[in-house]
Amino acid sequence: MHIDWIWGLIGGLLIGTGGAVYLLGNGRIMGASGIIGGLIDGSGLDTKWERLIFLAGVILMPILLMPYYGQVDTHITNNYWVLAAAGLLVGIGTRLANGCTSGHGVCGMSRLSIRGFVATCCYILAGGVGVIIFRHLLGVI
Amino acid sequence: MYLVYAFISGGLFGAGLFISGMTDTAKVQGWLDVFGNWDPTLAFVMGGAMIPMAIAWLIRQRRTTSLVGTPLPPAPSTKIDGRLILGSVMFGMGWGLAGLCPGPAIASLSYGGPSLYIFVAAMLVGMAVTPFLRARLDRPVPAE
Repeated sequence: MHIDWIWGLIGGLLIGTGGAVYLLGNGRIMGASGIIGGLIDGSGLDTKWERLIFLAGVILMPILLMPYYGQVDTHITNNYWVLAAAGLLVGIGTRLANGCTSGHGVCGMSRLSIRGFVATCCYILAGGVGVIIFRHLLGVI
Repeated sequence: MYLVYAFISGGLFGAGLFISGMTDTAKVQGWLDVFGNWDPTLAFVMGGAMIPMAIAWLIRQRRTTSLVGTPLPPAPSTKIDGRLILGSVMFGMGWGLAGLCPGPAIASLSYGGPSLYIFVAAMLVGMAVTPFLRARLDRPVPAE
């Protein structure tokens, strides 16, 4: 039976609750690319501990949950060229646009931010077109 | 206390990404792939996440500071510029190519294996060079 969407909904509620805690607790917007990027380019070093502890939580919880799941297959490609290109695009793109799926998508659209809607439309469209090009036309993924 | 909130928040984010299956690149690409075997899961994750978040934004309007006393985020900017569009299109292309965005990439660090390390390393390099690209984009085009 296909119950993936129930787990999607439960997981989504947890993600949103995490964003709510970050907003109301610390007064900050929970955007993964901003939290990581601020550490990398030095723009967020004044809040480095908050960022590092947040990321520690993100990494730790899956480790704690893993025993209940056994094996989780991420189906990630082994094509290192694809991975390197995708990583660069995601890194540069999210920092240029100032947000990714969590910042623009979850946090932005839920406050009816026009930038959030525009960004989300752009990356979903580009992602859809990307899959058409790279999977169905070129067959590289 | 702000570190406790940061840890709880990160923990919920990581647990949510893990449970929802968003660290499975096949699910993300399956959602983007409208001409293939379409997987609706991501829409439920996004929709589910926006419910508590929207409530939090409503509560935000009744408060002047966060629980730790820091200022709350100001009203969102409405500026739609080339950078927002170009950046989001680039991000979307990368997202479709690998099936990963920054959150799930970090959440799956403990079990993603070498392929994931390559992706994360490239993503961090991209984030590191962006300030220089931004400076270039800002430089006025010299007149002939």
